[in-house]
Amino acid sequence: MLELSHIHKYYNPGSVNEMCLFQDFNMTIEEGEFVSVVGSNGSGKTSMLNLICGSIDADAGKIVVNGADITGKKEYLRHRNIGRVYQDPAAGTCPGMTVLENLSIADRKNLGYGLGRCVRKSRMNDYKEMLRGLDLGLEDKLETKVGSLSGGQRQVLALLMATMTPIDFLILDEHTAALDPRTAEIVMHLTEKIVREKKMTTIMVTHNLRYAVEYGDRLVMMHQGKIVLDKSGDEKKRIHTDEVMAIFNRISVECGN
Amino acid sequence: MGLLITVLEQGMIYGIMALGVYITYKILDFPDLTVDGSFPLGAAVTAIMITKGFSAVLTLPVSFLIGAVVGMLTGLIHVKLKVRDLLSGIIMMTALYTVNLRIAGRANLPFYKEETVFDNSLTQRIFQGNLSGWKTVIVMLLITVIVKILLDGFMQTGAGFLLRAVGDNASIVTAMGQDRGKIKILGLSIANGLVSLSGCLFAQQSRYFEISSGTGTVVIGLASVIIGTSIYEKMDHSGKMPKALYKVRFGVITTSVILGSVLYKGCVALAIQMGLKSTDLKLITAVLLLVILVFSMERKKVKKDA
Repeated sequence: MLELSHIHKYYNPGSVNEMCLFQDFNMTIEEGEFVSVVGSNGSGKTSMLNLICGSIDADAGKIVVNGADITGKKEYLRHRNIGRVYQDPAAGTCPGMTVLENLSIADRKNLGYGLGRCVRKSRMNDYKEMLRGLDLGLEDKLETKVGSLSGGQRQVLALLMATMTPIDFLILDEHTAALDPRTAEIVMHLTEKIVREKKMTTIMVTHNLRYAVEYGDRLVMMHQGKIVLDKSGDEKKRIHTDEVMAIFNRISVECGN
Repeated sequence: MGLLITVLEQGMIYGIMALGVYITYKILDFPDLTVDGSFPLGAAVTAIMITKGFSAVLTLPVSFLIGAVVGMLTGLIHVKLKVRDLLSGIIMMTALYTVNLRIAGRANLPFYKEETVFDNSLTQRIFQGNLSGWKTVIVMLLITVIVKILLDGFMQTGAGFLLRAVGDNASIVTAMGQDRGKIKILGLSIANGLVSLSGCLFAQQSRYFEISSGTGTVVIGLASVIIGTSIYEKMDHSGKMPKALYKVRFGVITTSVILGSVLYKGCVALAIQMGLKSTDLKLITAVLLLVILVFSMERKKVKKDA
């Protein structure tokens, strides 16, 4: 379970550009929940993810994961239990290293990085099996440099790497936004499959309202650092993309966006 | 023949330094000027140890370790005190000038009679007659191969992968729950250890320590690295590299860098052969780097970043 409580966050404090993003922001995400988050630019979606991951610090408030306060915990330490996939397919993989080398790095996340050989031959068949299951032809590209793969292939690889080891949360930061519609669809399907198989608690930020409605058990809309819509369970199932779009437009017009 | 031997000897000695510069400049993207201080550091440590009667073989690991400590300090200044990369190196380089003088006790310390790793009773027995001129080259080749194999091996370990990842896409290191700063410090340690080891070998080959021997080391290192990686990239892009080689491509890169250093020393030797004086050496060094930069298109990177 993840609890964000009484979060305050200011940008550029003390300057003329001072901006308050979160003022007493609260959100709770249950174990195993798949939450889709939508909202206009600057609504605080990515900032919320950054707060959870520790990329930015809150000015006040608490972040609690499974009962443990992680508010002051360093970013890299938090990532031991977090998998994150970014919008840019280049962000989640090492372009100069091969597919096999990338998978080997991710596979070692829980074992640590000592002076043992990083690539484990014994895992080769597992990797191949895993890649074959994606049906993207990646199983024959283990020795290919990741930089020469397509954006979609790289993003799928990034998703695999983020979810290879047991994690508390999967954070998806507009992870289909840079992909063409067909590839985005494939990546979304795969995401759903992995999340359901591993019963992962997932927070997905997206600008694609249809994805937000179709996927996930809960839909959250954010606006100016606040949650303006929060539907889960049957309510979520009944909601329609057009409805969400209408709410979205109304809010945007109200604030002159 | 004498010229060829000198080029090979110096090429391999500076090749080890170039491996260090490869780690900082190419892998970590860290323009590390500490090198200009850690090279004579290795030489100073070696000169004082040998004149005090320590075994010449012992100077190799000791120089490496002391260099590694110095690299670690540069890393700590950069990572923990958040000083910019270039400035961290400049601070260490300047400080090391005094440290090196203190270690050696003076600006110039020759040791013509003592045994070195190249010239000792064992090598004298093995290399006799015509071969005796080649003993430094052959011992140096042996040392270079050992250093290269150790470094290539390290790069295949988990820690080595993280080091490569830090240069490739630093956010991956964080994503794997590891501290980027620590990996940078590790890389700088190994790099400066190698540079100091190279200084140690240089002192033993020339049989003296000289405080100014470090000036321009980083330039020589960069030139060698750029020549070496250009060779590698040509092979890589032309698609002519066999798949088996690609699997061990880090080993191919390290070989290219050492080769780059030998080629570079060859160019310098050629320039001197063509009538330039040895006092012109630093100018040749600088101009050669400029020429290499222009031809390797490495300068494009600067343009893009600016």
